[in-house]
Amino acid sequence: MTPLPASNSASETTARRLPGDLAIWFFILAELLAFGVFFVVYAFTRANHVELFNAEQLTLDRTSGAINTVLLLTSSFFVVRAVQVAEAGFSRRAAPWLAAAFACGAGFVVVKIFEYAEKIGAGISLSSSTFYMFYLSLTFFHFMHVILGMVIIAAMWNGARTGRYGPDNMNGIETGAAYWHMVDLVWLILFPLIYVMR
Amino acid sequence: MQSSLSSPRHASSHGTPNRAAIIWAALIFATMLTWTVGERADAGPAITALLMTIAFAKGTLIILDYMALRRAPLMWPLIALGWMLLVCSMIGLAYWKGLAA
Repeated sequence: MTPLPASNSASETTARRLPGDLAIWFFILAELLAFGVFFVVYAFTRANHVELFNAEQLTLDRTSGAINTVLLLTSSFFVVRAVQVAEAGFSRRAAPWLAAAFACGAGFVVVKIFEYAEKIGAGISLSSSTFYMFYLSLTFFHFMHVILGMVIIAAMWNGARTGRYGPDNMNGIETGAAYWHMVDLVWLILFPLIYVMR
Repeated sequence: MQSSLSSPRHASSHGTPNRAAIIWAALIFATMLTWTVGERADAGPAITALLMTIAFAKGTLIILDYMALRRAPLMWPLIALGWMLLVCSMIGLAYWKGLAA
């Protein structure tokens, strides 16, 4: 048996590498599939109730939706910075970036709770109409992902604070970061689809 | 020992701080564009095509740069971008179906 030349496989690994744990990527694909199905079902249901959807969509607060988009994108940027800092060998300095990312996630949650409170106050529920059923269930499904993402960011913050991450140990922080970016990615379609597209 | 935060000693999979910041600014600008369309209550096939194109462009930046799939084995960015393209296209198709109804 002749072993493969080590240099070739090593350079290939450096050239193309899946960040984080392979398992998280299968999980992300499953999540993307689930959200994708929901989005397409929403879009085709809308096609059969265009007037209802257009009228009720105007009752949504697009500014809240836009603020939440900005919060998620900014949070994603902070996570990228945390990963970069950890990769440069400064695990503890990644912690403040992760704390800032967590704060943006918390901001998203607060804005969303105000949005839900306003709708519930107006007597809107899952059974109010087909549009509100989709609006509440889709945004709440995403909301739960934000909550889980914040738990993951908190764990990453704790890891960074204790100096766990570095150029030779990036798996944990990259895995959590990939999940958080997925939460952001999904919102980038949800916002125009439900709040804006008429 | 490392001397600079922006210069990791090994090949980075996650780009540079400057690149991440420029991408963030582009994403925020695109979000403002979508919000403006919503506030003006603009509607129609061209607007929908614009919104889906903006969403696709934003998603591409997240997938390739923030998720760092630009440097992953080719299958992974292709799957993620393919998902974005498929979902945005299906939403466009459904919108067109709504126009015809």
